[in-house]
Amino acid sequence: MALRVKALESLLVEKGLVDPAALDAIVDHFEHKVGPRNGARVVARAWTDPAYKARLMEDATSAIAELGYAGGQGDHMVVVENTPKVHNLVVCTLCSCYPWPVLGLPPVWYKSSPYRSRAVIDPRGVLQEFGTELPPETEVMVWDSTAEIRYLVLPERPAGTEGLDEAALAGMVTRNGMIGTARL
Amino acid sequence: MNSVHDMGGMHGLGPVAPEADESVFHHAWEGRMHAINIASPTRSNIDAGRHRRERIPGPDYLRMTYYEKWYAGAVEGLLTHGLVTPDELASGKAAPGAPKATPRLSADMVEGALGARGSYLREVASKPMFLVGDAVRARNLNPLGHTRLPRYVRGRLGVIEAARGAHVFPDSNAHGLGEDPHHLYAVRFTARELWGEAADPRDSVCLDLWEPYLERA
Repeated sequence: MALRVKALESLLVEKGLVDPAALDAIVDHFEHKVGPRNGARVVARAWTDPAYKARLMEDATSAIAELGYAGGQGDHMVVVENTPKVHNLVVCTLCSCYPWPVLGLPPVWYKSSPYRSRAVIDPRGVLQEFGTELPPETEVMVWDSTAEIRYLVLPERPAGTEGLDEAALAGMVTRNGMIGTARL
Repeated sequence: MNSVHDMGGMHGLGPVAPEADESVFHHAWEGRMHAINIASPTRSNIDAGRHRRERIPGPDYLRMTYYEKWYAGAVEGLLTHGLVTPDELASGKAAPGAPKATPRLSADMVEGALGARGSYLREVASKPMFLVGDAVRARNLNPLGHTRLPRYVRGRLGVIEAARGAHVFPDSNAHGLGEDPHHLYAVRFTARELWGEAADPRDSVCLDLWEPYLERA
């Protein structure tokens, strides 16, 4: 594949269809500028600032843009909140839709056939494989990303974190916590 | 189309296998492939791109990695749009005398382009047919073309959870037939409605479905 992609790139460059420096910049963007740290900042802000959380639940796209995160695969954001009663889990059964501006590119398992096929029919089995146990009374709500709406899970704030500031809280938020395969 | 990409609810595809400390790209070519897709002149229509990947023959689709599918979809798109020829692809060289285009994206445009807020929301004259709380049934549609109505909800009863406004309709847009926007709703189905009495009575699945996929129940 490395050779085929290289051949494709040189052909497209020769024909003036892509600029190799632009490709470098795109790779750099996805390796260094987006990733779960962005989403973690959104979550930590929501935990510490009730007015921000209200805006996030009302219009997530705008509230996320307040922190400087926007762009493709994040054009229509919806935040779903975990509570003791409901646990949210995000999947894309038809392809691999994922909120790039806040989580970066998805991990291989998220894009894989096993996750895409099983998250909707056996969410509790999938959660168990991630080591995630739910309280018996908790409902599971699976969000299948079939349109251009992209979902971000707002995890429950861990107990005993009352004294932590926003930056310390952001450090506790994991990618899987924002997909819903983990609880924090 | 009822191809293997529509895999919600299938069994037998193996265990979920998370990797520890996974890197963004596993090989340099994956990053190049991802970037080529974003910079490509065929990028404009996301639905057509998805349809190209779901038309990869099922046995190949299941075998291929994510970026191998993107390569296949990109090549198909470039050929379909006449941007490259099969001979050029085979040789990796532009045909003699082929016109030279100007790239859509230059390096200094990348951050702006990737951070630009786009929208699939459109104004439509029609009022939404359904309100939050309405009971609906997903239609039993089996189009040969592109659709975002998964098989596992067809014919099933659900409830409107949220109204999303009118969005570009993939079933039309993927085929170059225009955006044809329709009202979009989050529709909630109970796990028991989808998977039968053995399913957990506490659980639900919510999908974003366009009005033409739904009928009043």
